[in-house]
Amino acid sequence: MTLLTTVFAAIICTVIWYKNAPKNEMKVGILCWMYWGASLMWLVDAVFEYAELGAEYFTPAPVDMLNDFFLGLSAVALGLVVWLAILLVKDPRGVVRTALFKKN
Amino acid sequence: MACFIVPVAEAVVTTAITKVVKSKETKLEALKVETGKESFETEIKIPFSRKLKWLNNMLWGGSFLLAFEHVWHGEVVPWFPFLTAASDPAEASVMLSETATVGVSMAALVTAVWGVMLLVTKAMEKKALKHSPLQIREGCI
Repeated sequence: MTLLTTVFAAIICTVIWYKNAPKNEMKVGILCWMYWGASLMWLVDAVFEYAELGAEYFTPAPVDMLNDFFLGLSAVALGLVVWLAILLVKDPRGVVRTALFKKN
Repeated sequence: MACFIVPVAEAVVTTAITKVVKSKETKLEALKVETGKESFETEIKIPFSRKLKWLNNMLWGGSFLLAFEHVWHGEVVPWFPFLTAASDPAEASVMLSETATVGVSMAALVTAVWGVMLLVTKAMEKKALKHSPLQIREGCI
């Protein structure tokens, strides 16, 4: 479930990036790399787990599934927080700088 | 248990390589400007440092989220020795074998995907050169 959640997040981010390319003002590319990297790593984890459990891997207990989904959503949220921090620090549109140094 | 350590280690190495490659690329560019022998092909090619950055972003981003998963499961703690499995010798050996199998496979898969991306971009660069050489040449001048 964690893998599935991250893969969906990666796909959505890639679609958003493609729609706005070549402009990269919002730095969505960072999110794409982060989610794809995590998805690949969790894929390896899933393969090893499948090798250990066999078909049982595809029939998890509802509580485990819910916990994994919760973890996946939290990972996606953490990725978004990191992206937002990078966006505000790099400030490609100069919005933060303008707001901070604006004279009233 | 600690499988994210391998991609983190690879990320540290590739980040260092990226810095070295980037510094060499700027030096080369400066040289080209001086001699005036700037070739058409180097203009259109994506710098290798940029390609390395793709790998860095995947490795850093992926291992960061994976580390978060380990914190979630209580396998990584904010106090020494940071990995709960490291305090017990029996668990430590399981952790090391998992790092050697799962961790190495993770790093290898990410690197392999990046390798495929390199091949695809190389093919795209070649195609761009083949199809509209005049337009691009004019753009560069």
